[in-house]
Amino acid sequence: MRNPLSEKVVEVKPSGIRKFFDLVNEMTDAISLGVGEPDFDTPWRIREEGIFSLERGRTFYTSNAGLKELKVEIAKYIEKKMHVPYDYNHEIMVTVGGSEAIDMAFRAMLDPGDEVLIPQPSYVSYVPCAYMADGVPVPVELKVENEFKLTVKALEKVYTPKAKILVMPFPNNPTGSIMTREDLEPIAKFVQEHDLFVLSDEIYSELSYKGEHVSIASFPGMKERTIMINGFSKGFAMTGWRLGYACAPRVILEQMLKLHQFAIMCAPTNSQYAAVEGLRNCQDEVEEMRQSYNQRRRFLMHEFERMNLKCFEPYGAFYVFPSIREFGLTSEEFATQLLEEEKVAVVPGTAFGDCGEGFLRISYAYSLEDLKEAIGRLERFIQKLRVREQ
Amino acid sequence: MRNAILKCIEKNSRVDIKELAVMLGTDEVTIANEMAAMEKEKVICGYHTLIDWDKAGVEIVNALIEVRVTPQRNQGFDHIAERIYNYPEVDAVYLISGAYDLLVTLEGKSLREVSQFVSDKLSPLDSVLSTATHFILKKYKDHGTIMVPKKSSERMLVTP
Repeated sequence: MRNPLSEKVVEVKPSGIRKFFDLVNEMTDAISLGVGEPDFDTPWRIREEGIFSLERGRTFYTSNAGLKELKVEIAKYIEKKMHVPYDYNHEIMVTVGGSEAIDMAFRAMLDPGDEVLIPQPSYVSYVPCAYMADGVPVPVELKVENEFKLTVKALEKVYTPKAKILVMPFPNNPTGSIMTREDLEPIAKFVQEHDLFVLSDEIYSELSYKGEHVSIASFPGMKERTIMINGFSKGFAMTGWRLGYACAPRVILEQMLKLHQFAIMCAPTNSQYAAVEGLRNCQDEVEEMRQSYNQRRRFLMHEFERMNLKCFEPYGAFYVFPSIREFGLTSEEFATQLLEEEKVAVVPGTAFGDCGEGFLRISYAYSLEDLKEAIGRLERFIQKLRVREQ
Repeated sequence: MRNAILKCIEKNSRVDIKELAVMLGTDEVTIANEMAAMEKEKVICGYHTLIDWDKAGVEIVNALIEVRVTPQRNQGFDHIAERIYNYPEVDAVYLISGAYDLLVTLEGKSLREVSQFVSDKLSPLDSVLSTATHFILKKYKDHGTIMVPKKSSERMLVTP
């Protein structure tokens, strides 16, 4: 029999920490700080609207780009939050999670050899998606000294004229780092000077704890160059509904929509109806969740300080990214031993790029009680390591 | 700051002050001062415990009583409300808009005790025109807390 597989796909490396994930999922009695999704149930209003839409028999396809009502609400929401006006009819499409939008954007924009600048540590899908779209992923190393913010200096180090897209993954998974207006300004300038486009993944935009989230698309001349990606998974606690969206200039969006039409048809209809309710009536619930995350974030930072565990203070998403360099273990060794000895699951920083070595991602999408228990165990583990070192 | 404190202790009045200070990004002294001030001003009216008496194996009967009354000259409903709320078995008294005037919630040891209170104490009051008593059969949710056990989380242990 001939080889049934595409060489290109086989080339894609499975996530380096697959082994670690498998190990964790076998340990059913472990407590976890390793989850990248909210601990809150979807607000009841949204769930109820989803149920109602099924009862009403709204079980058909929607138009490819999504329900008109939803696109109108998204346009209003983005204008209110990001101060960027989008035409709901030509510049917004609803996707199956933010992940689909990332994939579609790369495929619509990249030709073989085009380089994609990907700040790391960052979410695991940018590199393989860029590669599958014939692009060349180019990691841009973010550094703890800069609180894992993207700087022009870091960009200059890897920039070549082949670069076409810059990924902007802020607020960032896994570091929790955010980019303020002042941080973004020089980046926007760099992008325009070098005629780049930006894929701005703002899925955590609702979870920003230091002033209002700022989108790079809101800078003069940037809307034309930006594909803004967002969705309902994080802020609205709707991960399993698989609903995201892209806002982009019409020329780009039309091509993305064409791919979406052939590959996906449309995002789930009942998720779309539910999300309309979310945008119309759930800002209070979203704000309440945000405050709750913020309290846990402060709690964790305080605990790390008490334990003398180095961690820069992150102001976004629901992750902290402490350094474990002092223990002389790799991230994966540390995480594996912590799992085996104390039954606490965290994610090694290397899951998000090589430069995550020496760090752990700890999620605070957990109740305060769970956090306390897990942190107690982490502390015991760290004390053991410190004694062993002496 | 006050509202942030209230929001936190509304659902968990036993939260440690030190911890509350950390979570709200302030210091213990501020929290302690604010709470003392709010207690003095009666913004904070008490720290109660939500108990599922069923689970504790203690028999308790709760009733809601709709009361229609004639308001009294110069005093409106306040006087009659006071006559009612002073009974220790009365849990709450609300002035209500609509088909009746006062909603009285009551806690008793038995159906008989509650009905006796209504017939002996409440109905005979001069300005009470009529009462309608509703017994609570099951509490699904009380004070914002769902009383039926919640299913455990179905999230996976790790996801990127």
